[in-house]
Amino acid sequence: MMRNLLFTIAFISILALSACQSTNTDKLPILGSREPVTTEVNGETVTDTVYHSIPDFEFLNQDSLPITGKTFENSIYVADFFFTSCPSICPIMHRNLLEVYKKYKDNPEVMLLSHSIDTKYDTPSVLKSYAEKLGISGNQWQFASGTRETIYGISPEYMVFTEENDQVAGGFEHQGWFILVDKDKHIRGAYNGTDEKEVAKLMKDMDILLSEYEK
Amino acid sequence: MRNNWIYSIVGIFTISIFILSCQSNEEIEYAHYYVNGKTAYETHCQNCHGAKGEGLGLLYPPLTDTAFIAKNKNNLASIIKYGMSGELIINGQSYNGEMPAETHLSPIEITYIINYIGNSFGNKIGHYTQEQVQQDLINARN
Ligand code: HEC
Repeated sequence: MMRNLLFTIAFISILALSACQSTNTDKLPILGSREPVTTEVNGETVTDTVYHSIPDFEFLNQDSLPITGKTFENSIYVADFFFTSCPSICPIMHRNLLEVYKKYKDNPEVMLLSHSIDTKYDTPSVLKSYAEKLGISGNQWQFASGTRETIYGISPEYMVFTEENDQVAGGFEHQGWFILVDKDKHIRGAYNGTDEKEVAKLMKDMDILLSEYEK
Repeated sequence: MRNNWIYSIVGIFTISIFILSCQSNEEIEYAHYYVNGKTAYETHCQNCHGAKGEGLGLLYPPLTDTAFIAKNKNNLASIIKYGMSGELIINGQSYNGEMPAETHLSPIEITYIINYIGNSFGNKIGHYTQEQVQQDLINARN
């Protein structure tokens, strides 16, 4: 509960910050913690900022193939956390993410990554059947399964709260954020995946982010 | 003679007022159920079945199969209260999912929802009463 609250507060502050910065529409902010790193160049001290980035990971996708950070190295991607038997917000999130999928279908620079937090039940074959019923083919939209440690370990890196909790419907508590990640694994935006307006904003921001990579 | 005329006019007038007000009472009740049903639908059903009853892929069936809804209007209460699973053909598509039971919903809330979905998304089952819902739930138990 306390952790949940802290995450929410952290998120609201980040959102507030990004709201201020978004007056400049041609570049998205980099979200998350940042550390100044001081180096000496030609006798002068230079301070650089090192931004939070998603550390490397390894999961199995819906085809039981390993996916790692490298799978996403040439694309921006949207990450979220869900589970297939989720009775509450997940259907809304994936109804919305399906619109994102349709808009960027076959764009090699855009991928989607949905992590299942039901690490016992949601095996790759369960995720495969879920993806097919949702109408997804190919591997542009990856459905990741992992161990409890790896899945629950990666979610704070995306600043998303997840927890196994018997008290809530379905048995898992999680937030419905869509996290926009750039090709350098920096977080560039966070959007409420249950809110159509925010998802529309996500798609606008994806276009802005993609234009950063245009030569 | 003249009095008779007045009496019968007043009588007919009174009776028609009764009939009219009875009808509009039912209409008012229906409107009330429908509006409450929309709110309850948004809270309990819309995440899976969609704002327009469109469903989601082959995961969640749409509520737009008017023939299915009309044929199963007496089963709706049971589907909502006790859930549903197994193979199902909706709009010619096969679904095989699991709808969770909404056991916490009261008969009146279920009545609201049935009046809403039964008269939205192209469906037209008309006014559905709470007595009928209670009977449907008893039948579902047997
Ligand atoms: C967690 C997702 C979920 C929720 C919430 C949900 N349903 Fe369903 N519903 C399903 C699934 C899945 C099926 C198909 C079950 C099967 O395949 O046997 C279904 C089937 C149905 C059907 C019969 C098939 C059809 O499409 O006409 C009706 C009617 C229905 N649901 C109404 C409701 C109503 C009303 C509510 C809210 C009280 C609701 N559902 C809430 C998932 C859900």
